[in-house]
Amino acid sequence: MERSLMKGNEALAEAAIRAGCKCFFGYPITPQTELSAYMAKYMEKSGGVFLQAESEIAAINMVLGAASTGVRAMTSSSSPGISLKSEGISYMAASDLPGVIVNVQRGGPGLGSIQPAQSDYFQATHAMGHGDFHILVYAPYSVQEMADTVMLAFDKADKYRIPAMILADGLLGQMMEPVTLPEPLDTLPDKSAWAACGHDNKRGHHIINSLYLDAPTLEGIVRERFERYAVIEETETEAELYLCEDAELVVTAYGASARVAKSAVTEARKKGIRVGLFRPKTLWPFPKKELCKAVAKTSKILDVEMSMGQMIDDVRLATECRLPVEFFGRTGGVIPTPAEVLGVIEKLSGGVE
Amino acid sequence: MTTEIILAGFGGQGILFAGKVLAYCALIDGKEISWLPSYGPEMRGGTANCSVCISDEPIGSPVVANPDCLIAMNEPSFVKFIGAVKPEGLALADSSMVSAECGRTDIMFVSIPAADLASEVGSDGMENMVLLGRMLAQTGLFSFDTVHKALEKCIPAKRAHLIEANLAAIKCGMSTLVSK
Repeated sequence: MERSLMKGNEALAEAAIRAGCKCFFGYPITPQTELSAYMAKYMEKSGGVFLQAESEIAAINMVLGAASTGVRAMTSSSSPGISLKSEGISYMAASDLPGVIVNVQRGGPGLGSIQPAQSDYFQATHAMGHGDFHILVYAPYSVQEMADTVMLAFDKADKYRIPAMILADGLLGQMMEPVTLPEPLDTLPDKSAWAACGHDNKRGHHIINSLYLDAPTLEGIVRERFERYAVIEETETEAELYLCEDAELVVTAYGASARVAKSAVTEARKKGIRVGLFRPKTLWPFPKKELCKAVAKTSKILDVEMSMGQMIDDVRLATECRLPVEFFGRTGGVIPTPAEVLGVIEKLSGGVE
Repeated sequence: MTTEIILAGFGGQGILFAGKVLAYCALIDGKEISWLPSYGPEMRGGTANCSVCISDEPIGSPVVANPDCLIAMNEPSFVKFIGAVKPEGLALADSSMVSAECGRTDIMFVSIPAADLASEVGSDGMENMVLLGRMLAQTGLFSFDTVHKALEKCIPAKRAHLIEANLAAIKCGMSTLVSK
């Protein structure tokens, strides 16, 4: 398999095309722009549609429309643009529509900065719009995972009829690394049982809808959806455990901050500190069982994020608050250095053995 | 072994391109590699820099805080990063652009008139490649053959005529080590 050198944004875009994405609707924003630019250049050549919408809101509703017909559809943006898409994502979830939304996060709140950040964790995992619903949230941490995750996101979105988000950040989007691109898919899931894709007068209408004026009907539909969420929570979690077997301190981090943390953990090990890294690859569902396994011999957890600490609550809940959870983070677009994280690890471990 | 490099200068000097050539060299030699540009409201004439990590191991943080090697193509970049170079590290500067004192005795400092040298070999504006050539000669990081292959990957087919001029500039940079 040939390795090529690509930016995270480009690798993700190419992998989406290979995943059978037929429609891309977007609106430019830094640090996501290379993704849209790549789609603009290559989507049509691969027999798909690229459309730069008049706004983020229009783009997500185009995704809703395209997904309704059963094709694989995607949009991408960065933090402020994702907020604009939240209404559409809620409508998609309410209509049981699969689709992929990419958030190449930047500093916030507001227009914030254009540098990498992870301060949209709460939004992505807990409130990606109004109403009772969840979406799948994936957290790649390398250019290779940017490519692999988009394949997975489309598959799982289709399997469970649920929107999936790839929660990346400016660092992963902008950096180049070697990547082995996944092979193009030649068969895609059959969605003819529900998609509004033409019926030739041979069957009844397929209706894609999110409005239910009868409250008990809506309650029933939401409850059915939550049964599906329970299956997802049981079966679709993914995490990486790095040097956790004998770790007295476990660092929890995802995405770009997990790379920084991994460097720090490796350095700390060289100094004889028994520290490991727990890296969730799915943020919803949060890999609770995997985390409990990782901290089996641990007395303390250090949560590291490029935010003021948004994953920390999920870490505490997953471990039922049995362990103290310390926090180190940089925010606003500042990337922590391995040396900073190492300093905190040393402090928490009571210095070098 | 991991080598961390910062390349810095004005936008338009080919800083990101020089980093990309290094990245492709690493790819061709089967190394692990990360290339991270500074991005922001950058423009021609503004400052630009990129971090390149080359390693036999998977790379953790792609952000370079303390480089083993610095290539500085203008004064502000030199002043900004010279203090961050690791002890025993290497700093290279274009002497026609950087007049500031190095001020470090614990690193190797190489200053060459890269722009003039590039012009001398008919590679006007390719001082980035001259400095890259000198760096490769100094560190032995990649062979000339590897750089040649890397350039063929970095330069799009419609600009293939520029490969020779870039190679000449690299060769020129490499030769400054011998002739000194």
